[in-house]
Amino acid sequence: MNALLQVEKLAKSYGGVHAVRGVSFALEAGKILALIGPNGAGKSTCFNMLNGQIRPNAGSIRLEGQEIIGLPPRAVWRRGVGRTFQITATFPSMTVRENVQVTLLSFHHRLWAMVGYAGAAYRDEANRLLALVGMEQQAERPCGELAYGDLKRLELAIALANNPRLLLMDEPTAGMAPKERVDLMRLTADIAREKGIGVLFTEHDMDVVFEHADAVMVLNRGELIARGTPEEVRRDPQVRAIYLGEGLLYHDKDQGSAA
Amino acid sequence: MEFLLVQALSGLSSAASLFLVASGLSIIFGVMRIVNFAHGAFYMLGAYVAFTLTDRFSGPLGFWGGILVACLIVSVVGALMEMLLLRRIYHAPELFQLLATFGVTLMVQDIVLLIWGPEDLMGPRAPGFTGAIELLGRRVPTYDLLLIGLGPLVLGLLWLLFHGTRWGVLVRAATQDRDMVAALGVNQKWLFTSVFALGVFLAALGGALQIPRTTVSHAMDLSIIVEVFVVVVIGGLGSVPGAFVAAVLVSELNAFGILVLPKISMVVVFLVMAVVLVVRPWGLFGKPEGTPRAAAGLSIRPWKPMSGVERMLVALAVVAAAALPLFAGNYVLSVSTEILVFVLFAASLHFLMTVGGLASFGHAAYFGLGAYGAAFMVKYLGAPMELALLAGPLLGLAGAVLFGWFCVRLSGVYFAMLTLAFAQIAWSVAFQWVEVTGGDNGMLSIWPSSWASSPQAFFWLTLGIVAVGVGVLRMLVFSPFGFGLRAARDSSLRSEAIGINRKSTQWVAFIVAGTFAGVAGSLLAFLKGSVFPENLAIPTSVDGLVMVLLGGIETVSGAVIGAIVYKALAIWLMSKTELSKLILGATIVLLVVAFPKGIVGFLEDLRHRLKPPRQNGAKPEAALVAKAEAAE
Repeated sequence: MNALLQVEKLAKSYGGVHAVRGVSFALEAGKILALIGPNGAGKSTCFNMLNGQIRPNAGSIRLEGQEIIGLPPRAVWRRGVGRTFQITATFPSMTVRENVQVTLLSFHHRLWAMVGYAGAAYRDEANRLLALVGMEQQAERPCGELAYGDLKRLELAIALANNPRLLLMDEPTAGMAPKERVDLMRLTADIAREKGIGVLFTEHDMDVVFEHADAVMVLNRGELIARGTPEEVRRDPQVRAIYLGEGLLYHDKDQGSAA
Repeated sequence: MEFLLVQALSGLSSAASLFLVASGLSIIFGVMRIVNFAHGAFYMLGAYVAFTLTDRFSGPLGFWGGILVACLIVSVVGALMEMLLLRRIYHAPELFQLLATFGVTLMVQDIVLLIWGPEDLMGPRAPGFTGAIELLGRRVPTYDLLLIGLGPLVLGLLWLLFHGTRWGVLVRAATQDRDMVAALGVNQKWLFTSVFALGVFLAALGGALQIPRTTVSHAMDLSIIVEVFVVVVIGGLGSVPGAFVAAVLVSELNAFGILVLPKISMVVVFLVMAVVLVVRPWGLFGKPEGTPRAAAGLSIRPWKPMSGVERMLVALAVVAAAALPLFAGNYVLSVSTEILVFVLFAASLHFLMTVGGLASFGHAAYFGLGAYGAAFMVKYLGAPMELALLAGPLLGLAGAVLFGWFCVRLSGVYFAMLTLAFAQIAWSVAFQWVEVTGGDNGMLSIWPSSWASSPQAFFWLTLGIVAVGVGVLRMLVFSPFGFGLRAARDSSLRSEAIGINRKSTQWVAFIVAGTFAGVAGSLLAFLKGSVFPENLAIPTSVDGLVMVLLGGIETVSGAVIGAIVYKALAIWLMSKTELSKLILGATIVLLVVAFPKGIVGFLEDLRHRLKPPRQNGAKPEAALVAKAEAAE
């Protein structure tokens, strides 16, 4: 009962299509949980329900014991849930630092202030966050001209700006180069463990998943079909048949595989 | 009972022309994503050309042939406009296309005046449809019955065209995803031109068919375009059946509204539109838009507050302006004061459009409400100017609170249309509530206090208020509130995910913009000494839009320059030439094509191009790497 995030029997259907049905899981503070599964399995729907963008048909989502279903995304955020998006969502007309500053202003309830120069507000705090994700050199750049990998890192800085207890990352490394992927996830894992943030992420890159996740859940057609440590999930024959496939895995190559 | 039936039939026959024009506009928007303001102009041209042809060639063949040829001629004109003008600006923000077609509308108004003269023209009756038949003891013109049959016929033909021909399939595909259609090897240019020509043909047909019913006049374009906007918005932009249903709905509302609520007949239609937009924001038959186009005002170059030098320059400019009364005459001073008033009006709209990303087509509502607010204070409470200037804008504020609450629920074109509808409601009230507002006669003798009654003093007063107003708006841009507003504009998804309440933030921005427009309106009331419904009419709203776009939508305060240039040009042209609209329209078209970023945007681009490139960017490194690789 003391879990940071407790999800029970979560369900969502669109018309007759059951996008997510009966998903239950728990996440402890400081742990990293991966949600994997084929395209269309319902991963993004799960994420959107967790941060309030979509209202589930049934089930419960409790954050430190408190129900958060029915709250709009901004209220979920206020309770300490940070989020990154599958397709990055930032503010392209602002500089990198201003992106973080506006988030900090919102966090400190200062966005209704009509006097004062916002570009001077929380500058040091924004710089610290940018340094954390390795973006301090690019603070002055217009966000609209960043490379995709840098946008992903900026999103992480934005997601960390409200001192989240829970971090939701929807394909955090999609579109990044292999080295960048590993670096970003290692960084995320370090921050999460140090600050006791629970992280839930989806990912198609199994290097990232198996290297960093404490536990892995597999979603298929809206249902959880397997869960456990990365090692257990990787050995699961059903998961291999549905999602991972045979003989294509990084850590498995040396062991060969019977097709 | 019989009377109601006849009224209903009369409504249905009006619906025919409305449907023709609206379906053309809807088809053009569906495929090209262009809100063609010139559609009313083509409707008017259709009527005028048909008048000339049917006047010259009599007989059934002369009449019906004349109408057909007139529509073909006008649609060729439309195709030329698409090829020569619109093709150049497809990649500009969608508001620019609206501005360009507005420029064309202005030009057509003067061209029509040049060719056909200022008198209303009475066309011939339709051969074979001159009589009337008895229906339940009342006489119904046979021509009306013809029109009633024509509407569904055209609807059926359009359906066949879109579902039975290869061209129609391509057009429907382009409506859903034009990039994909282009990727499939379809010549998009000609598809667009033919769609535009068809749309214009329908508009011209709508106009040409009116000549046996009403006189041909050059107020036709603006009166129809507003109704057509209402129809396509109620029906759903891009939906032809929707246009049909909405045309019938609007025409019947007009026909019966005048019986049931003669006082507010004009308000009824716009109220229905507002309700539809709030309940079903994409119209009765429209579909919710997938990914909206980038909001207006999105600039890649981040905004910075002014440097010390720039502040000095602005202060110098204000001081220079303040010196104007020392050597300028009364006429120049009163013109300059009017320009200043519009600077504040444009700046308030600019704030809403560029910082908020909300392009209002009805910003004059708050300007006019401010003017009426001041007039009410003087007339009904006997307030002095000082008090009226403080309290007048509150009416603009109240209007923005009420209307804005509905408007911020929508975005993009639909937001624009709803603001237009509310402005029309405000205008209708001012126009029809004669006891309070004086109706068309306006309210007179709103004069400043004696200390401010000289042109010099009033200029200084206006300059002071406008300078403070523009300064406050600029301060808001860089305040935390302005940052939150820009965040909501840039990414609705991300802003909600960082705790920003988009609707509330945009609502407050709407109220701020409405209040400053109200301040400008109150000043205008005392400058002119009078208030008229035209202060909140569509042309005033459009003037504001033109000023903002002219100044540059991606700039912080471009509207100030845009307002000065546009207003000065308009007043100067009005005094120098009979053809002011033609020249003004042509100027707008040229500016849109030559400076799609506006005057200030163009100057900023120029300044950045002249500056040496920055060193901390990634590009020089990338170039080095490329060089190294080439060397290997």
